Amino acid sequence: MPATKTKPYIGQPLKRVEDPRLIKGIASYVDDLKMPGMLHMAILRSPYAHAKITGIKTTTAKAVPGVVAVLTGADVNDKCGPVPCAAAMPVPKVPKHTVLAGDRVYFVGHPVAVVVAADRYVLRDALDLIEVDYDALPAIADPEQALAKDAALAHPDFGTNVAYTWTLANGDLDAVFKAADRIVKQKMVHQRVTPMPIEPRGCLTSYHAGEGTMTLWTSTQVPHLIRTLVPGLIGIPENKMRVVAPEVGGGFGAKLQIYAEEILCCHLAQRLAAPVKWIESRRENASSTIHGRAQVGYYEVAVKKDGTVLAIKARSIADLGAYFQLLTPMIPTLTGLMLAGCYKLKAVRMDLTGVYTNTMATDAYRGAGRPEATYLVERLMDCVADELGLDPVKVRLKNFPKPSEFPFTTATGLVYDSGNYAGALKKAQQLAKWDALLKQRDTARKAGKIFGVGLSTYVEICALGPSKIMPAGGWEWGCVRIEISGKVTVITGTTPHGQGQETSFAQLVGDKLGVPMEDVVVLRGDTNVAHFGRDTYGSRTTVVGGMAIVMCIDKIIEKAGKLAAHLLGAKKVSFKNGTFVAGKKSIGWPQLAGEAYVAKNLPVGLEPGLEASAFYEPPNCTFPFGTHIVAVEIDRDTGQVKIVKYVAVDDCGPQINPLLVEGQVQGGIAHSIGQVLFERTVYDENGQLLTGEFMDYAMPRAGDIPVYIMGSTVTPSTSNALGIKGVGEAGTIGATPAIANAIIDALSPFGVRHLDLPLTPEKVWLALQKGGAR
Amino acid sequence: MKTLVSIRVNGTSHSHEVEPRLLLVDFLRDLCNLTGTHVGCETSICGACTVLVNGKAMKSCTMFAVQTDGADVTTIEGLARTGKLHPVQEGFWECHGLQCGYCTPGMIMSGVQLLARNPKPSRDEICHGIEGNLCRCTGYSHIIDAIHYAADKEGK
Repeated sequence: MPATKTKPYIGQPLKRVEDPRLIKGIASYVDDLKMPGMLHMAILRSPYAHAKITGIKTTTAKAVPGVVAVLTGADVNDKCGPVPCAAAMPVPKVPKHTVLAGDRVYFVGHPVAVVVAADRYVLRDALDLIEVDYDALPAIADPEQALAKDAALAHPDFGTNVAYTWTLANGDLDAVFKAADRIVKQKMVHQRVTPMPIEPRGCLTSYHAGEGTMTLWTSTQVPHLIRTLVPGLIGIPENKMRVVAPEVGGGFGAKLQIYAEEILCCHLAQRLAAPVKWIESRRENASSTIHGRAQVGYYEVAVKKDGTVLAIKARSIADLGAYFQLLTPMIPTLTGLMLAGCYKLKAVRMDLTGVYTNTMATDAYRGAGRPEATYLVERLMDCVADELGLDPVKVRLKNFPKPSEFPFTTATGLVYDSGNYAGALKKAQQLAKWDALLKQRDTARKAGKIFGVGLSTYVEICALGPSKIMPAGGWEWGCVRIEISGKVTVITGTTPHGQGQETSFAQLVGDKLGVPMEDVVVLRGDTNVAHFGRDTYGSRTTVVGGMAIVMCIDKIIEKAGKLAAHLLGAKKVSFKNGTFVAGKKSIGWPQLAGEAYVAKNLPVGLEPGLEASAFYEPPNCTFPFGTHIVAVEIDRDTGQVKIVKYVAVDDCGPQINPLLVEGQVQGGIAHSIGQVLFERTVYDENGQLLTGEFMDYAMPRAGDIPVYIMGSTVTPSTSNALGIKGVGEAGTIGATPAIANAIIDALSPFGVRHLDLPLTPEKVWLALQKGGAR
Repeated sequence: MKTLVSIRVNGTSHSHEVEPRLLLVDFLRDLCNLTGTHVGCETSICGACTVLVNGKAMKSCTMFAVQTDGADVTTIEGLARTGKLHPVQEGFWECHGLQCGYCTPGMIMSGVQLLARNPKPSRDEICHGIEGNLCRCTGYSHIIDAIHYAADKEGK
């Protein structure tokens, strides 16, 4: 079939290729996979935040019919693990993260023992029959209190709760602060939150004794990182390990990890000579899958009276939890890198203290350090406007770099590729009908209503990144193959799990090769298929994964051009819409592919086949940006916040599929609505987790979502040929401060300048009472 | 002690000797091999396991199989039995009502019940109709669009 496609796919809001299997319920998530002789594994976890284990009795559990094994740390910790951390941070004392606890537990949810049985119901029976004796020890759960002299120690052996200190300093901060007209100060708490993908974690492992090969199917964002790091932890050569991410039910950073259970499950498959499956319960997901945010900071801004922002100084405490997961100590440093926001500062300083607490590890949760930066910078901009009696919009406009100043080097040392911050702000104001919205606020307030308007102008860092700044490579790999039939197979080293690259990459390839999208299949998430990859996180997939594919296509077109010229008897051919043309003669992909693989009539020196692979090394990160404008109304009697207007203008460069971009932004905003209004992971003073279920951890439901007015501007990145920037985290980064600023604006007539998130009805109502609800 | 349970699932009768404690969702997933119904929380809060039991949306993760003995159960796999997508499924596809797809089967089943009860729902009524279902990817807006799409389509 000759290619007939003429209309470009790129830029069209096409519905997704991956959807039919998902809406029919015939997709395969990890718990849908079954193997003959498969066993199930479950973990017994610590109910204490800090305790000494004085005894474990497993005999009763072992006696349950159908139980295959009951093992403790003493049985497995010297055979597999430890759980790796890949962050290159100088940390003096790092606790050894064994897969099961040794003689102590350090957080609620800490794995203590493992049970294996053929039946999941029997498994849970047996789990309840393991007897563990604990001697409870003093625990510390609050990161700021952890720094007090008499604080309980998360790891008593270390003699301190301080894991590390880290400083980022640029410019002459002292001089700039001296020259300032005013110093605006604010403490802010970025509460701990839980990612909560709707599919909990889970894995299935199978060891082939004859081949010596291990296969791990796991609900992960990073099968390639797992394949790099896990083989050495289970005693298998890297090239005998296969990792597959089947359908993955949400990640948000929580699955950008290598977890104890994955390592343990591999070990047990080998040890017990049977496939082993582990599926996490929601309760385990809340206690033992990474958490996010959890920073407390004291922030200062040096400003001129006219609203010129000179410098930002931050003293931050990051709650790391009891152990390091894959990137734990590195995440808060991203807050430092983005501390300049989208403003021209003369100096910046962040002094960061990472502390251990008896809690689950924090790590990359959607945005990973950047939402914290944007939140604090954008809240500070409103505090500055408030103190100086200026318009928050004018303060922002005064401090933006102009479009002509890009590439723009920030006070933190990053080089922003391209930007038009005032352009996005102006567009958002237009869509929000800004002047009318302010009048609406005045009218509402006169009528006795509590009404507020807020905005955030954000910039974020995406497409991580050049290899020199990444722990283990920032490149991406791709492969494109024109099959003998002319169909096109695309393999990406990224691992999309809901973002829709089976569609957007098919759009890209369809256009570049001039083939119908229906003829393109995008494969991902299997290390035996995608031989290399650095996977999906940090809004990198479309940019770096897409560019690797573009490189493959360029190579294929070059090779196919030589073959076409040979077959057409021409010296030169031109390529357009899937056809190579020389004069009046032409040849398309199906015919070329046939010739390339049958290989009876190839030009001298040309290899058979039509396949190319490529590694793309990004020269820089990308820096998407935008403006979100929010209006809220607050119920005087209950303190309940209602978002009455939401305008989002995001600039991620040219959009391959605007429908998918819209979905990413809206999904991100929902995470922010959760963080601003309801969500907080709570440990009590004893380190007991109080938000261990959906019952206690309030996430947004459909009724909490406003009607969106969505817009975009297009400022192409100068870092890659497609000009694209990435959008997976934009909503979560831009929305949190916009919503918070609107609520604080609503409360400002009551004397409120700042409240820490989440702004629950109770907190808002109390603030109203304190200010004397008028 | 096992009990014989017979459930008509998507028009096909399934009879199995089961423990009284076997959950309906495990009956469907493990014994009927219908894995489209998902487990997200085991506490009937997230709604990923929603199926229709005698036409009524139920959370199959907190219902015993024995409670549905003799019942007629429809799962996500039963919606497009003729090969043609149900309007709600079509709406989810057209409006980008899903991303990772894990909550989707339960969300669609709740949408089906909602439209059966209220063929012309308002936005607020749609939100109320799916308040027992959590989605962490889409932010719900496109899901609301999807159900509107299905209502319009069915109304024609």
